[in-house]
Amino acid sequence: MQFEYNIEAGNFTKAGDASSNFKKVLKQLNVDPQIIKRIVVSLYEGEVNIVAHSYGGKVICEVNPKKVWIRLIDTGPGIPDIEKAMQAGYSTASPKVREMGFGAGMGLPNMKNNADILNIKSEVGKGTEVEIIVNLN
Amino acid sequence: MTVNELVKQLRLQVFGGEQGLSNEITGGYTSDLLSDVMGHADSGKVWITLQTHKNVLGVASLKELAAVILIKNLQPDNDMLNQAQQEGIPILGTGKAAFEISGELYNLLKK
Repeated sequence: MQFEYNIEAGNFTKAGDASSNFKKVLKQLNVDPQIIKRIVVSLYEGEVNIVAHSYGGKVICEVNPKKVWIRLIDTGPGIPDIEKAMQAGYSTASPKVREMGFGAGMGLPNMKNNADILNIKSEVGKGTEVEIIVNLN
Repeated sequence: MTVNELVKQLRLQVFGGEQGLSNEITGGYTSDLLSDVMGHADSGKVWITLQTHKNVLGVASLKELAAVILIKNLQPDNDMLNQAQQEGIPILGTGKAAFEISGELYNLLKK
């Protein structure tokens, strides 16, 4: 089963809608609530990253009996230094985003802690693709 | 303890999300950083914060928190209030600062 959500750049009123929708899907599929929690944390952080940092993008979520496979794909600007971005506390968020309580450099570490596999591919000028895999067994 | 009992004991204002007043409380979490709450608060917790925008409710709903308490007489934004009605998560208010209301909640739940 595949679900696709478009994510608008800068639109914080819609940030979290894809996560909320996919959470309902996982509940309907009777996925273990503890696993749903982990999926939701990583997906939400990825979704907020697209809203806060990118020119917009989409989330593609696939579910099969063994795993949930999520791809977050944006159209730029790309991450110049992924290693730095992964450091807890490091953030390039704007002051406005920080005032809202985002941009504390906790997003990617949260994703790493909750996903079984986290892959980030990024090219400056092209965009970023984040892959999250959470095993269901 | 339910959210309703908490409202009475700590004399909190109820801004919205009344459908969730019967939610059971398992603890509290005080933070103004959304990713901190996302990463570390468990379901059933009461979230104490100064953030008054809609995304607070988004996080509270995804984490299945029991309620949100806004400190220092802060008022929720309109879209936060609407979201609270939709999600059924109570938004509560106090005139106290985070330190004081956290202490009161802690003492109440410790009993």
